[in-house]
Amino acid sequence: MKDFGYTINRDRQIDYDALPRDVYHQLKKMEPSVNACISCGTCAATCTAGQFTDFSLRRYILLLRRGDNSEVIKNIDKCMLCGKCMLACPMGVNTRNVIQSIQLIINKL
Amino acid sequence: MKHILVIGGGVAGLEASIRLSELGFSVSIIEQADKLGGKLNRWDRLFPNSLPAKDLLQELESRLNSNIQAHLNAQISAIQKNKNEFEVTITGGLHLSVDAVLVTTGFEVFDANKKEEYGYGIYDNVITSAELEETLRNGGELLTIDGKKPNRIGIIHCVGSRDEKAGNTYCSQVCCITAVKQAIEIREQLPESEIFCFYMDLRMFGRHFENIYKDAQIKHEVQFIRGRLSEAFENSDGSLMLKVEDTLLGKPLKMNVDMVILMVGMVPSANSNHIKNILKLKTAADDGFFSPADKHYESLKTDMPGIFIAGACSGPKTMENTINEARAVSIQIAEYLKSNKHHSITQILETVKL
Repeated sequence: MKDFGYTINRDRQIDYDALPRDVYHQLKKMEPSVNACISCGTCAATCTAGQFTDFSLRRYILLLRRGDNSEVIKNIDKCMLCGKCMLACPMGVNTRNVIQSIQLIINKL
Repeated sequence: MKHILVIGGGVAGLEASIRLSELGFSVSIIEQADKLGGKLNRWDRLFPNSLPAKDLLQELESRLNSNIQAHLNAQISAIQKNKNEFEVTITGGLHLSVDAVLVTTGFEVFDANKKEEYGYGIYDNVITSAELEETLRNGGELLTIDGKKPNRIGIIHCVGSRDEKAGNTYCSQVCCITAVKQAIEIREQLPESEIFCFYMDLRMFGRHFENIYKDAQIKHEVQFIRGRLSEAFENSDGSLMLKVEDTLLGKPLKMNVDMVILMVGMVPSANSNHIKNILKLKTAADDGFFSPADKHYESLKTDMPGIFIAGACSGPKTMENTINEARAVSIQIAEYLKSNKHHSITQILETVKL
């Protein structure tokens, strides 16, 4: 392709109406406590996987809420299901089951 | 019988008048509207326990008695202090001689027209929290301008609060919990609807507020997006496109909604400037609400002996706090009338030094 000396960046914007929220929809049925997440980041701060990879449950819950699923699908298996995040969550989210449920949902996709 | 002038017949004014009359004083209420009750005439259910505002108003009205005289559609035109008495002239030429003055002029809701970028007064499907409250109070359904049930509703926090551009840098305190309360009420009326609250910070400071917030999240599936609305655009079908930054994801976000509800903040009531001038009171430079003699120990007294303040005229506060202040100020006024001395905090501190 001829180089015209410029590039076009992809739109970073979350277009809420254009995204599918089926994963989050199933998730909140399987683990309703996920709705209580306030994105405080305690889970991600305590996460061992997060120390060595970019795994962040806080971020993944948010991405699924918006329907921006690809990053979650790519990374969700990095969790070792140790459950430390569950002990730390101030809102009582069953984070371990949130992750397992996401894994179940996306493996079916 | 000692006589007290109460300026403003809303929640604070009514509660204080009742308490003062029960303590054996006679009270004159000056109310600029054509009825007593202030905001209780406009609100539907009150947080945190969904008490109908009508019931609270009824309770207050049932306790009015012959020692309380209300002057409706009235304003103060002049006040002159003579020793310990105040000579008051009311519009229409009526004169009163009173021993103490209580200012309970309350607040107005922020004029949403000033946040032009949110489209209030321009787009039909943008309404305020105060308007929603009136719809709910009248038993009405929340409908779009075309008479359709809205599927998706955006609730915008901090409209006219914490915003230099709106001229108000302070937090109005009650809007966060009002948003959560109204979101739940909409979901009760429209269980199929999706509700999104756009916030900067959520301030659930009051007792049980956090529980209501959690209920909204889990039971009512209200969604909270941290990001302040930059602009609302109207689509050709009357729905609205909202643009925010989803600050927790660090990405811009756009979303279409059928209706927008603006959580309008509190500003000093329109005639409080007039009251300030004739009573020579002080207001705070950063918000325009009346300043107390001392924020901790004299929060219901002003620098002017014999002139007291209570309720939202001295800053945004909940109805619960307003009622508490009205009760407390009644005791303060009774003490003042008993001794006819108005101790300022500096005077008290001087005594301590001695």
